[in-house]
Amino acid sequence: METRVIGKSVARKEGREKVTGRARYVDDLSFPGMLHGVTVRSPAARGRIRAIHFEGEIPWHEFTIVTARDIPGKNCIALLIEDQPCLAAEFVNHSEEAIVLLAHHDKYLLEEARRAVRIEIEPLPAIFSIEDSLARKEIIWGQDNIFKSFHVEKGDVDGACTGAAFVVEGTYETGAQEQLYIEPQGMIAQVSEAEGVTVWGSLQCPHYVHKALMILFGLPRERIRVVQTETGGGFGGKEEYPSMIAAHAALLARKSGQPVKIIYDRAEDMVATTKRHPSRTRHRTAVDLDGKLLAMDIDFTVDGGAYETLSPVVLSRGTIHAAGPYACPNVRIRSRAVATNAPPHGAFRGFGAPQSVFALERHLDRVAEAVGIAPDELRRRNFIREGQMLAVGQVVKEKVDMNGLMRRAFELSGFHVKRKQFAAENADGRGAVKKGIGFASFLHGAGFTGSGEEYLASEVAMEAIADGTVHILAGSTEMGQGTNTIFAQIAAEAMRLDCEQIKIVQPDTAYVPNSGPTVASRTAMIVGKLVETAGLGLLKLLTDGGFLQPGYTAADFSRACGEYVAKHGPLKSFVKYEHPRDLHWDDQKYSGDAYGAYAWAVYVAEVSVDMRTAEVLVNDFVAVQEVGKVINPVLAAGQIEGGVAQGIGFALYENVVWQEGRMVNAQMTNYVMPTSVDLPAIRVYFEEVPYGRGPAGAKGIGELPLDGTAPAIANAIAHATGVDVRRIPITAESLLEMLEPVHA
Amino acid sequence: MPERARKIRVSCVVNGEAASFEAYPMARLLDVLREELKLTGTKEGCGEGECGACSIEMDGALVNSCLVPALQAQGAKIRTIEGLAIGGSLHAVQQAFISHGGAQCGICTPGMILAAVNLLARYPQPEGTQIREGLSGNLCRCTGYMKIFESVLAAVRQGETRA
Amino acid sequence: MRAYLPAYEMETPRDLAAALRRMASEPGVWKPFAGGTDLMVLLEAGKLPHKKFLNIWNLAELRGIEVSPEHVTLGALTTYAEVQRHEILTRDFPLMCRAAAETGSVATQNRGTLGGNIANASPAADSPPALIVYDAEIEIVSARGSRWVHYASFHTEYKKMNLHAGELVRRIRLTRTHAGWKQYFRKVGTRRAQAISKICFAGAARMEAGRIADVRIALGSVAPTVLHAVRVEKLLRGQRPGSAILQAAQDALSAEIAPIDDMRSTARYRRHVARNLLAEFLEVLAA
Repeated sequence: METRVIGKSVARKEGREKVTGRARYVDDLSFPGMLHGVTVRSPAARGRIRAIHFEGEIPWHEFTIVTARDIPGKNCIALLIEDQPCLAAEFVNHSEEAIVLLAHHDKYLLEEARRAVRIEIEPLPAIFSIEDSLARKEIIWGQDNIFKSFHVEKGDVDGACTGAAFVVEGTYETGAQEQLYIEPQGMIAQVSEAEGVTVWGSLQCPHYVHKALMILFGLPRERIRVVQTETGGGFGGKEEYPSMIAAHAALLARKSGQPVKIIYDRAEDMVATTKRHPSRTRHRTAVDLDGKLLAMDIDFTVDGGAYETLSPVVLSRGTIHAAGPYACPNVRIRSRAVATNAPPHGAFRGFGAPQSVFALERHLDRVAEAVGIAPDELRRRNFIREGQMLAVGQVVKEKVDMNGLMRRAFELSGFHVKRKQFAAENADGRGAVKKGIGFASFLHGAGFTGSGEEYLASEVAMEAIADGTVHILAGSTEMGQGTNTIFAQIAAEAMRLDCEQIKIVQPDTAYVPNSGPTVASRTAMIVGKLVETAGLGLLKLLTDGGFLQPGYTAADFSRACGEYVAKHGPLKSFVKYEHPRDLHWDDQKYSGDAYGAYAWAVYVAEVSVDMRTAEVLVNDFVAVQEVGKVINPVLAAGQIEGGVAQGIGFALYENVVWQEGRMVNAQMTNYVMPTSVDLPAIRVYFEEVPYGRGPAGAKGIGELPLDGTAPAIANAIAHATGVDVRRIPITAESLLEMLEPVHA
Repeated sequence: MPERARKIRVSCVVNGEAASFEAYPMARLLDVLREELKLTGTKEGCGEGECGACSIEMDGALVNSCLVPALQAQGAKIRTIEGLAIGGSLHAVQQAFISHGGAQCGICTPGMILAAVNLLARYPQPEGTQIREGLSGNLCRCTGYMKIFESVLAAVRQGETRA
Repeated sequence: MRAYLPAYEMETPRDLAAALRRMASEPGVWKPFAGGTDLMVLLEAGKLPHKKFLNIWNLAELRGIEVSPEHVTLGALTTYAEVQRHEILTRDFPLMCRAAAETGSVATQNRGTLGGNIANASPAADSPPALIVYDAEIEIVSARGSRWVHYASFHTEYKKMNLHAGELVRRIRLTRTHAGWKQYFRKVGTRRAQAISKICFAGAARMEAGRIADVRIALGSVAPTVLHAVRVEKLLRGQRPGSAILQAAQDALSAEIAPIDDMRSTARYRRHVARNLLAEFLEVLAA
């Protein structure tokens, strides 16, 4: 299908503002009379608040002080449920839990005051591990510490395991990972009788914040307004947490009568906000003599921290992705999200899938080894094909060619040659550096799971004004991934206009409809399709009314808009998501059509391991993926490159050091992400099998790279050193222990 | 309350123009630029000199403005991102960042662009490793650096590397 | 930014003598402030207890690199960037340049100074091992006069040094006796740039007829201060670098270092890697 604008690397819509320093992030804004706000947090992981002391030589009468008692509505940050308090009242359940809020115009005095608040807590026994939570060492949430569990079953797993030629078991673990957006979290709030509650800030989901504030303040919809400012990275870390910081700023604004700005510094952002859920996966896999999968028995657990937040959904995605792009007749997945006394874990690009895919792809290399065939041969014999059924019962109705992707990825990376060559060189034994090459094959479902998109019922509006400028009104946010630009491209393509003529309205709940959250790799595929439809709808108003003839030019379009508006008033179209009728999902059995479309991928990592220091360097990385349609090549490649970089961090560098449920390495000096010299050339290749329901055939791609990067690296390290990697991050310290005998 | 130090008056040149402000002597130059001079293009990412989002040029050298006390800006010649474009005309590096995808969320971009401009002033025809090393003090979470390198190389190819 | 700024004072003395007089007038009250790359980090974290600083950044008496036939003498305010740009240092003191290039980033190298690095006394600093290898001496000045100290004995315990109230580091003198020595520097950090060292090894040896005629070895991040591995040096002098002496040398090193577990690494890792870096150093000498 020939396209004019789609498929071109149209320059970033807000690029000029970003390269000149004129883009306005929340901390760049200042309001008259604005106060600064800070949060006083729990020093203990679990306990009862006995007293709050305001000490020091602080002029406390100058301060606005807010505690749970000041909350007009319900003391909760509403999300899936309402278990998480906005401010701890009687009990604390994680360290750094917010208890007191302070505001003052002098931000330096404010920090002094923060130090002078002493919270007296009577400690209660706390738990910090998945094992302790499952063992119910303490019950810290609900009846049994379990936020959510799933049981997916297909066929007869136990029967298939009996008498199988090989049964391979393994346990795999992943650690917490900090999103580390370079712009820390921040909000400005203003509360007035006239306007109600308004917040401006760094966020991904304005309507999530809107809903949370409605319940916190006990106010109706039209009395809450949420505006997204230019957002310096999110990656999921600004999906749910902004509701908390918005609530805090708004409570201070309400009590003080002034606008209040809260900006976290890096240390506070790291200790107090969400991280990727740590996980533990157990595999038991039965294969026949040829390595054909007979049964997969998977046990998957994620650590959700102290409150539920989004853990059930993270668990859901991790569960559905746990068995990968393979055809297996008998599958059992038992999974659960458990509570510990850590700050709640939350959304981070991949959202449960990076955890379960790491386990699967590492495990299958071990299964291949047990069978005595090459790891790629094992995959080849089991890749799913069109017409076959994935683990949760979704029949694959799209063209999928995993073998083709694998072939291409191997060609580009020199996989087979290097596999042999490195093995030979490493066997020499004397080299200080051993090299390895490994891969991962995987899929990622785009959009909300199952009936999720139907439940979201996303909406997009479009308005053309008299001069022919088209405004897109959507709740989807730009945070660097390119939302503004691809929406403009999609609309321009559908309406045969230039991108310059399309404007994206700043997400502001007073003006834009709820297009659902900017998460789950859904923005291009789901919301982009709504943009396309809205554009066609707007055109139809003009053509039906005789204002526009076929073969029109951009100038014709502008003239037509002017005439329409003069005659009829506002020229608007409005679209609401309709769930495809042929997608069926059973929430009870947790099976059926989980996603409208999947992106498919094979990633190859080449590493060198310095045997003296156990340092691992990724020397080359090839990422091949089938994504439906590439809307903007530069933006799409940018998504994969950036995602792979985060995946390399997940695999090798990013280690959260916990002490009593608190992150102790909460500085960029000590929580380490890759710099420009730590990363290889990341080579990205796309294939396109258009998805009928995506705009111009596009599927979602944002999270895909987080799934396959870490296991490809782990498999490469195993190839290089023979070490049986079971855990990420693979720190030099842990790798050295596995490489050398222990000295006394 | 501890005794209050007096604010000092500092005079310097910022983006080619005389600038003067009052600040506590150990106020961060980053905050002075943003709050006193209203130049919000320079960003805070970490407050510990690790991320480079606060990079500026001070007397021709790239520095982290979060680590410079206001008093030491006395008499200095400072350039921030706002001083890079001349008239309305973008610097080649800025233009390349737009056309080659060097900027995604944009928060690291001002510091990254200044670091790149500073690098090109020292190495007008940099090799790949020099670019990587020259930018290793500027962290980017969005791009994986690939398109940042491509943007810098595109600016070099343009032949325009005015300092 | 957590510090209570109004509590902090900073003055700019007009010259070194004025700075020293100010420091002497209220002993322990005024501390020198150079490039700020350590002190400002503490300030921002709200962890800088000291409140009064003298801005010495512009004091010409503390700048400049002098070259004589016997010595290269660096002003305390010499930045890491200046170290890397200096021709003689690059040629004759490569470990200084390696250490400077691996400290922080371009931006911190423009502001970080050798004097500040010495006075900050972090056991994880990268330049101190190189200074020890080059038999550095440092000149310490106060209102009462000046004295020279062997750098190898300057640091006494963790963050404690032979520097009294009212004194500051003025110059660092390196002896030009290491020309022709085989030299080795390796820093193992948390990543390849802008990393705090987990362990750092600096070594140099004069080889004669395949034997180690003289040797210097110093390590960072394996003890409360920079470590001068004198026992290993003693064992190696006169020996051929090779498998015969390796085990004994490694054991001597293990006995001399005292690494700890911290946020960045473990004692066990540091021990293993120290031994491996020593082996690598000996390979360089044998080549």
